[in-house]
Amino acid sequence: MKVSLFITCLGDVFYPGVGKDVVEILERQGCEVEFPDAQTCCGQPAYNSGYHKEAKKAAKHMIKTFDSAEYVVAPSGSCAAMFREYEHLLEDDPAWKERARELREKTYEFTQFLVRVLKVESTGAVLHANATYHSSCHMSRLLRETEAPFRLLSNVEGLTLHELPNKNDCCGFGGTFAVKMGAISEQMVEEKVEHVEETGAEILIGADSGCLMNIGGRLQRGGKPVKIMHIAQVLNSRE
Amino acid sequence: MPMKIGERSFDNRVKQGIDNTFMRDAVSSAQARFQSNKAKAEEQLGHWEEWRELSEEIRAHTLENLDFYLEQLSENVTKNGGHVFFASTGEEANDYVKKIAQEKKAKKVIKAKSMVTEEISMNEAFESVGCEVIESDLGEYILQLDDHDPPSHIVTPALHKNKEQIRETFANLKGYEKTSKPEELAQFAREQLREEFLTADIGVTGCNFAVAESGSVALVTNEGNARLSTTIPKTHIAVMGMERIVPTWEELEVLVTMLCRSAVGQKLTSYVTGLSGPREEGDLDGPEEFHLVIVDNGRSNILGTAFQSALHCIRCAACINVCPVYRHVGGHSYGSIYPGPIGAVLTPLLEGYDDHKDLPYASSLCAACTDACPVKIPLHELLIEHRKVITEQEKMTTLSERFAMKGFGMLASSPALFHMAEQAAPAMMSPFTKNGKIESGPGPLKDWTNVRDFPVPEKESFRKWFQNRGKEES
Repeated sequence: MKVSLFITCLGDVFYPGVGKDVVEILERQGCEVEFPDAQTCCGQPAYNSGYHKEAKKAAKHMIKTFDSAEYVVAPSGSCAAMFREYEHLLEDDPAWKERARELREKTYEFTQFLVRVLKVESTGAVLHANATYHSSCHMSRLLRETEAPFRLLSNVEGLTLHELPNKNDCCGFGGTFAVKMGAISEQMVEEKVEHVEETGAEILIGADSGCLMNIGGRLQRGGKPVKIMHIAQVLNSRE
Repeated sequence: MPMKIGERSFDNRVKQGIDNTFMRDAVSSAQARFQSNKAKAEEQLGHWEEWRELSEEIRAHTLENLDFYLEQLSENVTKNGGHVFFASTGEEANDYVKKIAQEKKAKKVIKAKSMVTEEISMNEAFESVGCEVIESDLGEYILQLDDHDPPSHIVTPALHKNKEQIRETFANLKGYEKTSKPEELAQFAREQLREEFLTADIGVTGCNFAVAESGSVALVTNEGNARLSTTIPKTHIAVMGMERIVPTWEELEVLVTMLCRSAVGQKLTSYVTGLSGPREEGDLDGPEEFHLVIVDNGRSNILGTAFQSALHCIRCAACINVCPVYRHVGGHSYGSIYPGPIGAVLTPLLEGYDDHKDLPYASSLCAACTDACPVKIPLHELLIEHRKVITEQEKMTTLSERFAMKGFGMLASSPALFHMAEQAAPAMMSPFTKNGKIESGPGPLKDWTNVRDFPVPEKESFRKWFQNRGKEES
C-alpha cells in the first residue's frame, strides 16, 4: 500500500523526529511511504483568520501536490481536518470542489489510518511510563476520531494511561488565537496544565503538534517536569 | 438596557473578567453543573443526534418559509382576538408599547424574562412614559435591584453573582435580614414580587416559541412568573424576535423538549405555558387585551445570507455553557447582552462590526459550541465566516496582518519559497534561542512567548532527512 505523507509545517520544522517515527511505523506495517516534496502548508492559518483568498491558494496547491496519492496520512488531526475543509472552501468552483472531495476521501490522521485502514491495534511498542492523553479538538470534533489513539495506546506495553480531567476542553492553542487572544489563551492553557498535573502523569501524549507545542511550552515555562510526546513517538518506543 | 453593554474596550473587559476570580469560580461551577445535567438529559432521551437533526430540519424549514408562517401566525392571533404589531426596529416596537401604556394609563409593568426586550431597551421605553418596570424572573430581579447590572448569560442572567452577593443586594436595597440560603432568598423575592404581580397594569413577556397554526405563544419557565405576568394584569404584551416561530404544536413539542434539556438538563421546566389570545367569555382569568409584538431589528437582513442558520437559535445557552473562553472571561466581557459563541455570532449581525469586531476572534474554534447546539448551528464556522467578512469586505484588519497573510499565500503556493523559508528558520531563530528554547520571541511571537516557551526549529528538517535517507538507501 502506498502512503503519501503530509508532514505539516510544525512536523517538518520543529518536530522532524515525529515524522521519522511515522515513517518507521508505516513501513513496518508494509506501507511504501512517499513524501511529495512540493507540499507546503494546509492553509489553516489563513482560513481560520478569514483570508480565504490566500487559503484557496494553499488548498489548490496541496490538492495538486497530492493528486496522485493513494492515501494521504498526516500526523495531525487538525491539519488532516483542514484537508477535509477544502470542499467547503472551494464550493464555488465545481471542478476544484470535486478534486477536493477526492482528497478528502483519501486523507487520514495517522492513528486513524492505522486503526481504520490498516486495521492495526498494536504497533508492538513498549514504554514504561505514567501518561495522560490530550484529545485535540479538531481531531475529535472535526475529524470525529475519538477512539483510534486510545485503542493503540492501550496496547503499548508498560504504559499506564490516566484520564485527563475535563478532557474535552480546548488547550487554548487555536492557531493564531494563541497570539491574537493571548490573555484568554493563557488562562486556557494554564487550566489544561493544572489538569495534566492532577493526573500525576510524567508524559503528556497528543496527536497534534500544535496543542503539544502550546501545553508543552507552558509546562516548560512553569518548570513542570512533565514531558510531551507525540503519539507517533510513543507508538514507536522500544524501551 | 441596549444590546451593547459598557464603553470599555474589548481588551479591558477581558482583563477585568480574567481578574475577577469570584465571578470565574461562579461561572466555572455553573458550567460544570449545566454540562453534566445536559449530558444526563441527552442520555435519558436517547437518540440525541437524531433529535438534533430533526430540530435542525424544523428550524431550517421554518426559516425558509418565515414569511408564510408569520402571516399565518398573525392571522390566527387576530382571529383569537389579539393584536399583532410588526416592528422593523426596536424603536418602532417601543413606540407601540409606549402607546399602549399611555392609553391604559399604566403605572406599573411586570415583566417575565425576555432577551429581545433587553436587546431593544424596552424597560427604558416604559419608564420614559412614567411606568415603573419590575422584572419578575428571579435572576433579572436581582440584577435590576443591583443598579441594573447587565445580564451575563441568556438563560441564567445573574450567573456571575453568588448567593452572598445576592444577600447583600437584598439587604442593602430591600431590608432583607435573613441568611444567604437560596431558599430564604427566593422566598423573600417571592414575597416582594407577589405584591407587584397583583398591582401591575401590564404584563410583558418574551416568547420562547409562537405557534403559527393556532396563533399561540409558548413560554417556558421554572418560576411560574410568566404565568402570573400573563394572567393577573389586564393587558398582556408578548414580544418576540421574528424568528421565534414553529409551524404547529407538533414541532413545538420537539423544540421545547430540546430547549429544556439543553438549557437546564430538565425533561421539561416546571411550567410550559401555551397562551392563545385574551380571556374569552367564561374564562376565569387571563388578560382582557393581548398584543403580540414581532420584532425584526436587523433579523431579516440575515435571511438569505451565509449567516441564516444563526436565526435557528432557540436561546438555550448550551454553547455558552461549554465555551472555555466564556468560562475564563465571563459574560460581560463580550460587551453584549448576547455573550458566548452565539453572542459572538449574533451581536455583529444585529449591531454591526464597529463596536463588536473583536467578538468573532474570541474563540479558539474548538467547536465545542457547534457540538453542543441542539439545532446544529455550525457556530465555529459562522465565526470564521465573520472573520472573512471583517477581512475581505470590511477590511478592518491591520495592515501588518494583511501583509503577513499575503506573504503566507505566496509561500503556501510556492514550494521553492516555502522550502527556503523553512531552511532559513533555524538561523533566523538562533539569536532568540537560549538553552534550547525561545523565551522571548520577536514580533508577533512575543505574544506567544509572553506566556509560554517556543520550540527551536531543528537543524535538519524532516524534508531534508527524508531526502538524505533516500540517497543513503540508493
